[in-house]
Amino acid sequence: MAESPMVVRAEFVREVKDSAYGVVEKPLTTAEKVWNNDAFRKGLLLAAMLVIWQLYAAWLNNPLLFPKFSDTFAAFYEGIKSGVLPQRGWSSVKVLVQGYGIGLALAALLTAFAITSRLGTDLLETLTAMFNPLPAIALLPLALLWFGLGNASLVFVIVHSVLWAVALNTHSGFLSVSQTLRMVGRNYGLSGLGYVTKILIPAAFPSILTGMKIGWAFAWRTLIAAELVFGVSSGSGGLGWFIYENKNQLDIPNVFAGLFSVIIIGLVVENLIFRQMEKITVRRWGMQS
Amino acid sequence: MNEGVVTPAQAPVPPLLEVRGVTLQYKTRDHLVTAAYRVDFDVYRSDRFVILGPSGCGKSTLLKAVGGYMKPVEGSMLLNGAEIGRPGADRVMVFQEFDQLLPWKTVKQNVAFALTSSGKLGAREAEARALHYIDKVNLTRFADSYPHTLSGGMKQRVAIARGMAMEPAILLMDEPFAALDALTRRKMQDELLQLWQDTRFTVMFVTHSIPEAVLLGNRILLLSPHPGQVKAELNSDGTDPVGADGKPLSARIHELLFAQTVEEENVPHG
Repeated sequence: MAESPMVVRAEFVREVKDSAYGVVEKPLTTAEKVWNNDAFRKGLLLAAMLVIWQLYAAWLNNPLLFPKFSDTFAAFYEGIKSGVLPQRGWSSVKVLVQGYGIGLALAALLTAFAITSRLGTDLLETLTAMFNPLPAIALLPLALLWFGLGNASLVFVIVHSVLWAVALNTHSGFLSVSQTLRMVGRNYGLSGLGYVTKILIPAAFPSILTGMKIGWAFAWRTLIAAELVFGVSSGSGGLGWFIYENKNQLDIPNVFAGLFSVIIIGLVVENLIFRQMEKITVRRWGMQS
Repeated sequence: MNEGVVTPAQAPVPPLLEVRGVTLQYKTRDHLVTAAYRVDFDVYRSDRFVILGPSGCGKSTLLKAVGGYMKPVEGSMLLNGAEIGRPGADRVMVFQEFDQLLPWKTVKQNVAFALTSSGKLGAREAEARALHYIDKVNLTRFADSYPHTLSGGMKQRVAIARGMAMEPAILLMDEPFAALDALTRRKMQDELLQLWQDTRFTVMFVTHSIPEAVLLGNRILLLSPHPGQVKAELNSDGTDPVGADGKPLSARIHELLFAQTVEEENVPHG
C-alpha cells in the first residue's frame, strides 16, 4: 500500500476578542418558566382528568355507581364544613402517627443491634425475610384477639407494616456507606454512638428516607384497609370507617369524598413533609438529584 | 531547602515515626495476602517522606497501618515513642477518593467538624482555624459550598486543608492527586510544596509516579512488589539532580524499580 503524504499546514495563533459573540446567557420567557414548573404541569393533568371524570359521569348518569365530580366535591365540601371529615381524618392520622413512631423506634433499635453484631445482622435478616412479605392485614384477626377491639390492635398492625420496611432500608443504607467515609470518621477518633449519629446516619440518609417513605405508605394503606375491613375500633372511627358507613347507606358521593380525603392526606405528607425533608437534606448535599 | 540539615547521628531528637520489621497481612475472601514484609524506616520531623513503588508493593497498606487502620502481624510502629494502636487525630489521612468529604457538610463545616469531633477545639476556635486553612488553599470563596458543587481538585484541596487544620504529628497522603487531570495535579503539587514551605509539617506521601516522588519528597522509600520490601531510601531536593553515576535521580529510581522485572523476563522459559 502506498503511504499517504502528511498534510503540512501553517500554524496560527489568534487574538481572542471578547466582544464579537452575541448572547451568553438569556433569561427564559415567562411561558417557558411556567411550563418548567412541575406543579403547573401536574395541575394541568389533574384538571384534564377531572374534566373527563365530570363528562363521563354526566354521560353515564348513574349517581349510585359513579357520581359526578361536582357531586363528590359538594359532598367533600359538606363533610369539611360540618367537621366530620377533618375529625375522621384526624382520628386516623392520630393512630397512624402512634404506630409509625413506635415502628421507627423499633426499627432504629433493631438496626442498631444489627450493625454492632453479626448475630444482630442475622436476626434482622431472618426477621425481615419472614415478616416483610406478610401483609399486615393478615395479622389483624390475631391482633384483635390479643389487644381487643381498640386502637391498640390498629397500632400493632401499623407497627408491623412500618418496622420491616424501615429496618431493611436503613440497614442496607448503613452497609453501603463508603469505606473512605468510614475511615474518615474513625480518623477523627469517633466511635460508638458518635460514629453512628455523625457519620453513618447522615451518610445512609437517602436509604433511610426511602425506608421512611415506604413505611409511611404501607402504614397508611394498612390503617385504611384495617378500618374498612374490621370497622369501627374506637368511639369515633377513622376515614376507612367513614367510607364503609357511607357505602352501607348507599351515599356514594360521600364514599368518593372519603377516598378523596385519603388521597389528599397521602399527597400532603408525600409532597410537603417528605419532599421538604429531601430538599433540605439529601438534595442539598448532592446525594440525590 | 538545605537550611538546618543534620545527620541522624547528630540529630538532637529521635525520629518522629519509627517503623521496625513490620509485616502486614490482610485477608481477602480466599487468600491471606502478605502486603509488606519486614519493612524498616524512620520519618523525622518536617520530612516529606515519599513511599514509592509499583502497584502491589503494599504502599497504601503501609500507610493505612501507620494510620492505625490495621495492626502489623510482626514488628513495631512507634509514633513519638508510643505504639500505634488505632486511628487517631494525630495522624490525619488524605485519601485519593473524592468522596472523603462529608457530603452533608459545607467546606467550612467539613474542616471545622474534624476539629470539634476529635475534641481538639471548641466550635468557635474550630471555625476560625478552618477559615484560616481554607484561605491557605485558596478556597475562601467556596467556604459555604457543599462538596458536590466543587471540582475534583477543589475537593482534594479541602481534604488537604482539613488535614493541615488538624495540625497532626504526621499528615498521611494516599495518592491524593492520582485521580486528578495532569494540569491540576501539577498545580496541586506546587501548592503542596508552598504550604510545606509555610508551615513545615511532616508528611508521608504514597505515590506510584516517579516524577511526583522526585518533585515532592526529600526522602524517598522504594518498595519492591509482592510483598513490599525496602529496596532503597534515596534523598531528593526536588530538582532531579544528576548523581555520581551520571544519571538523574529519576532514571536511577526507574532502574531500581524495574531492574527486577527485567531480570525475571530474561530468565529462559522451560
